[in-house]
Amino acid sequence: MTEIKPEQGPMAPSDDSLFPTNQAVEGEIIAPEGSMVATVDDTHAAGLELKVRSQWSYARMRFFRHRLALIGLFGLVVIFSAGIFAGFIAPYTFEEIDLNNILQGPSHAHYFGTDALGRDEFTRVVWGIRTSMEVGVFVALVSTFVGLIIGAVAGYYGGWLDNLLMRFTDLVLTLPLLAVLLTATALLGQGSQWRVSLILVFFFWTGIARVVRGIFLSLREKEYVEAAKASGAGDARLMFRHILPNTLGPIVVNATLAVGTAILVEAALSFLGFGIKPPTPSLGVLVSEARANPEQWWLTVFPGLTIVAIVLCVNFVGDGLRDALDPTQRRMRA
Amino acid sequence: MLTYIVRRILYSIPVLFFSTFLSFIFVSYAGNPLAQLKQNPRFSPQTIENMTHQLHLDMPVIQRYFLWLQDVFTHKLGNSLYTGQALWPQITRTMGHTAQFIIISEVLALILGISIGIYSAIRQYSVFDYVFTSISFLGFAMPTFWLALLLQIAFTDIFLHYNIRIFYTSGLNSLPGGPAWSWDRMQHLALPIATLCIISFALYSRYMRASMLDVINSDYVRTARAKGVSEWRVIMRHVFRNALIPITTVAALNFGALLGGAIVTETIFSLDGIGFFFIQSLATLDLYAVMAYLLITAIAVVVFNLIADIAYGFLDPRIRYD
Repeated sequence: MTEIKPEQGPMAPSDDSLFPTNQAVEGEIIAPEGSMVATVDDTHAAGLELKVRSQWSYARMRFFRHRLALIGLFGLVVIFSAGIFAGFIAPYTFEEIDLNNILQGPSHAHYFGTDALGRDEFTRVVWGIRTSMEVGVFVALVSTFVGLIIGAVAGYYGGWLDNLLMRFTDLVLTLPLLAVLLTATALLGQGSQWRVSLILVFFFWTGIARVVRGIFLSLREKEYVEAAKASGAGDARLMFRHILPNTLGPIVVNATLAVGTAILVEAALSFLGFGIKPPTPSLGVLVSEARANPEQWWLTVFPGLTIVAIVLCVNFVGDGLRDALDPTQRRMRA
Repeated sequence: MLTYIVRRILYSIPVLFFSTFLSFIFVSYAGNPLAQLKQNPRFSPQTIENMTHQLHLDMPVIQRYFLWLQDVFTHKLGNSLYTGQALWPQITRTMGHTAQFIIISEVLALILGISIGIYSAIRQYSVFDYVFTSISFLGFAMPTFWLALLLQIAFTDIFLHYNIRIFYTSGLNSLPGGPAWSWDRMQHLALPIATLCIISFALYSRYMRASMLDVINSDYVRTARAKGVSEWRVIMRHVFRNALIPITTVAALNFGALLGGAIVTETIFSLDGIGFFFIQSLATLDLYAVMAYLLITAIAVVVFNLIADIAYGFLDPRIRYD
C-alpha cells in the first residue's frame, strides 16, 4: 500500500478535526522511519522497505501524530496520577483543620490556599480528582459494557428486545436529563459515590446501546456476514468475531467522551447538593462550599479549573481517537 | 406531513404517560414527605395520620398516580404537598421568567455561533479559526455552574471594590415584582444570559463550522464556483443555506440541556425561575411540585423534538414523511 500525501489547502476533504498536527511535530516524531507522508516517488525509491501494517498500527500512528490528543493524554496521565497517588502527593490530610490559618491565599505552604476551616485546598482538590476520576471511569466502563451487550443483541436479533430498548431510550430522551438525575440522586443517592455512579450508569448506557444497535443493524445485512453465516458460523461467532470489531472505533470514542460527561454531570449534581456529599471529597462540593467565601477567589478557581482541565484533556483524547480509529481514513493526517 | 405530525403527537402521549408513571412511582417510593413532621413534637400522631389520609398517602401508589393524573387535568396540576397552594400560578410565573432569559440567550447564541461558525469555516486554520475553536473547546469542558459563579464573583468584586454597579448578581428586579421588560431587569438577567449563551455558543459555532465545511467541499459548490459565481454569492446562497439545516435540529435538541442549564444558573443567581422552583421542591420532597415540573418540561422537550423534525422536513426537501 503506497501512501500518498493527501491534497492540502482549504479544499482538503473531510477535515473535521480541530487542530491539524503541524509540520514541526511531524518531523520530530516520524523522522526515524523516514517521512510517512512520502510522495509517490519517495515510496518507489524506498519500495523494499514497505511493510504490511494492520488497521491498529495505522490507528496508533494516526493517534500519536495528533498533537492535541498527545497533549490531552499527557495531561490526563499527570492529573490522574495525582488522583491515584493522592495519599502520597497531598501534603496534609483531607480533613485536617487548622484554625490559625483560615482563608489563606496561595503560598508555598498551601499551593491552592486554605478554606474557611484552614484545610489545605490543594489536598482537597487532589482527593477530589480521585473521586471524579473514579466516577468518570466507572460510569464510562460499566455503561459501555451494558450498552454494548444490549445494543448488540437488540441490533442483531431485532424483535421485542429491540422494541423495548428503543422505547426505553425514547422514555429517557423525553425528560430533561439533569432534572431526572437530580430527582434520582436526591431520593436514592444518599450522597454515596457508588450509588450516584450507578444512577449515572442507568441513564448513560442508552447512548452507547443506540450507537451499537445502529451499526449492528446495518452490518448484519452485509455480504461478508452472510458469507460467514453460509460457512457455518453461529450467532455468537457472527456477533463477536465478525461484527463487533467493526463497532470498536465508535465505542472507544464514545466511552472516552463519556468519562468527561460523567465527570461534568457528577460535579453539577454535587454542586447542587444532590450528588456526592461530604465527607467524600468531590470537586463539585468544593466549588459549592466556596460560595460562602466569594472574596477568596482561589477556593472557587482551583477546583473548577481542575474539572475544566480533566474534561478538556478527555475531549482532546476522544477527538484524537475519533480521527485515529476511523478505518476509512487510511491516509496519514498531514 | 399532517398525518406524520398527528402520528407523532399520538405516539408521544403514551411515552409521556409512562415516563410520568415511572417518575411518580420512583419519587413516591423514595421517601415519606411527612417524615420531617413526624419528628416535630407539635404534631400529634393523630394529626399526622389525618394528614396522611387527607393527602391520600395511605393509598396504593398506582391509585395515587391516577388521582394525581386526575388532578393534572381537573385542577391544573393540583396543589403543593407542603404548602397546599395551587401549583399552576407558581409554574406559570416561574416559567415566564425562565422563558424570558432562555429565549434571549438562545437568540444571542445562535446569531453569534452561526456567524462565527461561517467565518471560521471560510478562513479554516486561520488565527481567527484557532481562537474560536479553542474557545468552543473550553466551552464544552466548562461546568455551567463554575462559569456562572466566576461571573458572579467577578461582578460582585467590581461592585465591592470600585462601587460600580455594572450588572446585578442575584434576583430578578431591584424591587420585588418589578416590570418584566426594563433596564433594571436586563441588568439582573445579563449574567445568567451570558452564562447560558457562552455554553450554547460553543455548541452552535462548532456545528456550524463543521456543517459549512461539509457543504463547501460538496460537488454543487464546486460547480457553482466553476460557473463563475462570485465567492460571496457561493457562500451565502449555496453554502450557508444548506449548512443551516443541521443547526435547526441541534438547536431544538439542545432544549433539554438548556433546561438543565437553567436549573443551575437560576440557583446560583437566585432567579425566580422554574429550575429554582424545582430545586426547592426537590429539597423538601414536594412530590406534586416535582411531578409538575417533570411533566411540564417533558411536554416541552417532546414539542421541541417534534418541531425539530418538522423543520427538518420543510428545510430539506429530500426528506419525505409518510
